[in-house]
Amino acid sequence: MDKEINIGDTISKGDVPNDITMNSSPFSKKIKQSTRIKESLIKYFFAINGTAALIFIILIFIFLFKEGFRAFEHIQLVDFIYHNRLAEDGTSSKVFEWFPTSDEARYSLIPLILGTLLTAIPATILSTILGVGAGIYLAEIANPKAKEILKPIVELFAGIPTVVLGFLMLVVGASFFNDLLNPTNRLNAFIAALGLSFVVIPIIASLTEDALHSIPNDLRMASYGIGATKWQTISKVILPAATSGISASILLGFGRAIGETMIVLMAAGNAANITSNIFQSVRTMTATIAAEMGEVSQGSDHYFALFFIGIVLFTITFFLNLIAEVIINKMRKKNTF
Amino acid sequence: MSILLKKHKDISGFIFINVTRLLFLMLILMLAFILIKIIVEGFSVISWEFISSEPKNNMTEGGIFPAIFGTVAVTLLMILFALPLGIFSAIYLNEYAKDSVFTRIIRTAVNNLAGVPSIVFGLFGLGFFILFVGKNLDEVLQTGLLFGQPALIWASSTLAVLVLPIIIVSTLEALNSVPKSHRDASYGLGATKWQTIKNVVLPQARPGILTGTILAISRGAGETAPVLFLGAAFFLPNLPIVDLCFGDYCIPMINPGEQFMYLAYHIFILATQSSNPTKTMPLQYGSTLVLITLTFLLNITAIIFRYRFRKILGRL
Repeated sequence: MDKEINIGDTISKGDVPNDITMNSSPFSKKIKQSTRIKESLIKYFFAINGTAALIFIILIFIFLFKEGFRAFEHIQLVDFIYHNRLAEDGTSSKVFEWFPTSDEARYSLIPLILGTLLTAIPATILSTILGVGAGIYLAEIANPKAKEILKPIVELFAGIPTVVLGFLMLVVGASFFNDLLNPTNRLNAFIAALGLSFVVIPIIASLTEDALHSIPNDLRMASYGIGATKWQTISKVILPAATSGISASILLGFGRAIGETMIVLMAAGNAANITSNIFQSVRTMTATIAAEMGEVSQGSDHYFALFFIGIVLFTITFFLNLIAEVIINKMRKKNTF
Repeated sequence: MSILLKKHKDISGFIFINVTRLLFLMLILMLAFILIKIIVEGFSVISWEFISSEPKNNMTEGGIFPAIFGTVAVTLLMILFALPLGIFSAIYLNEYAKDSVFTRIIRTAVNNLAGVPSIVFGLFGLGFFILFVGKNLDEVLQTGLLFGQPALIWASSTLAVLVLPIIIVSTLEALNSVPKSHRDASYGLGATKWQTIKNVVLPQARPGILTGTILAISRGAGETAPVLFLGAAFFLPNLPIVDLCFGDYCIPMINPGEQFMYLAYHIFILATQSSNPTKTMPLQYGSTLVLITLTFLLNITAIIFRYRFRKILGRL
């Protein structure tokens, strides 16, 4: 405690400061100079640490681009879309292939992007159905006692390591669906999407629950007050009011599905097919980086191309997160009266 | 009574409510299936020998001790890096910073960092920690190739960045839940801002911070993609330990410069790259059971902590 602050002063001025910062305190003169310096040093120390997250985001940005843009030393931007193959008779044809290790290296990202979408979109659709349903159940239907047990279950679900899910899809899921559906390839986009949805469901469920929870109770009471049933209240009042929050949760879930690595690496089959057949093997952007970065020689075109995939991934998820964040912030502002 | 009757006449509502109930039940069944499958298949493998011995015979027999040790070592260093940074960052955001555009950008950055794909963290660790920090350290200290290669310390550093948002967010929540009246009381006694934070705010926020720490450890232990090219090894006969000697007195320490085995990576390797995946199937389930037990125990502890913490706060 600082003995030099005069308590009598405090009372006589009748204005108790709730925030004694060095500059704003009306009694600043009575605080020892050394204490003041110490306090401001501490403040700057925390301020430097406070920017850590921002600094790391910027560092990720800088170092991904620093390595990734060196790909353009030898690869054209169009090479990331298609490769011009010259036939014997001089005609050229466009090939969309990812084949960086061959003599005639092909760097088209199209099969990888399509592979990512073919796993992420079905996963997000499935997770939206299950996750939003579970979120509505948690927020509106389950009684408080049950909720206390059920909510931690969703959190536990989110805590399963992705490599465990990938492993299970590989050894259990693939065999099961191989017998049941007779897919084109044993490991395919469908299996991977199923595994991904285990990751995305808890995200969508808990964020939907948050969104519904943040809706003022007055709305519910008003709806019940004019004689609406629970179902009418949920469908006509609560859900329309929570649309933005729920769509933000779906966006975040989609971003997570795009960025997930281990499940697609283990269960999607890792063949860079261009296909719309969900039962065929595909290769995603994340799996490509994970599978090839270990073997590539540092400083080669292939190496920089993998960093370029990292840039694409980072950019997509960055904007998805940013949009979701803006939506959530708007929702918070709207729901605080 | 009439309201109750009306509820049952509302058929679409009846269907809807039971559909959501069914969806939730499906979720629980899925989780139960995962757990039961792993426990049933993995339980027979678990023995003291499995936990405490190294892999033998080209990783088709033996235990997983080096992988467990590596996981503990990496997450320990990770939390050592991430915890102070995360707590200080949250203290700044909650206690010092005013609501300005800049702090809003920082908050957005925290949320965005949480959404960066884990494989991108791997690339970042490679590009920043190994190739930039490590290589430059080597050049400055003239150590040849000591720092500029995949090693335990770079994996821990990268994972520390990955779990930083978890620690910041849970610390923020904990600090935010300390009532303003307690701060005012402290100021009223003449305490300075730092004294208030140190003696009043932080002690009350401790359980919340602990929750975040546990969640961060569990997340770090389960991540595989970032450590793929940051020093996780297929198989290492020796543990990453170095003896730190002061005269005759030696203490074994985690060697941050070596490669390491990692439980999550070990599962991936056994399942996809091993010479005989069918023969090692029991080992795979055993390793998975160990990993999932570890993460679940951590998660359950965190959930119980948070539950108690919120109850205490509710009473205030």
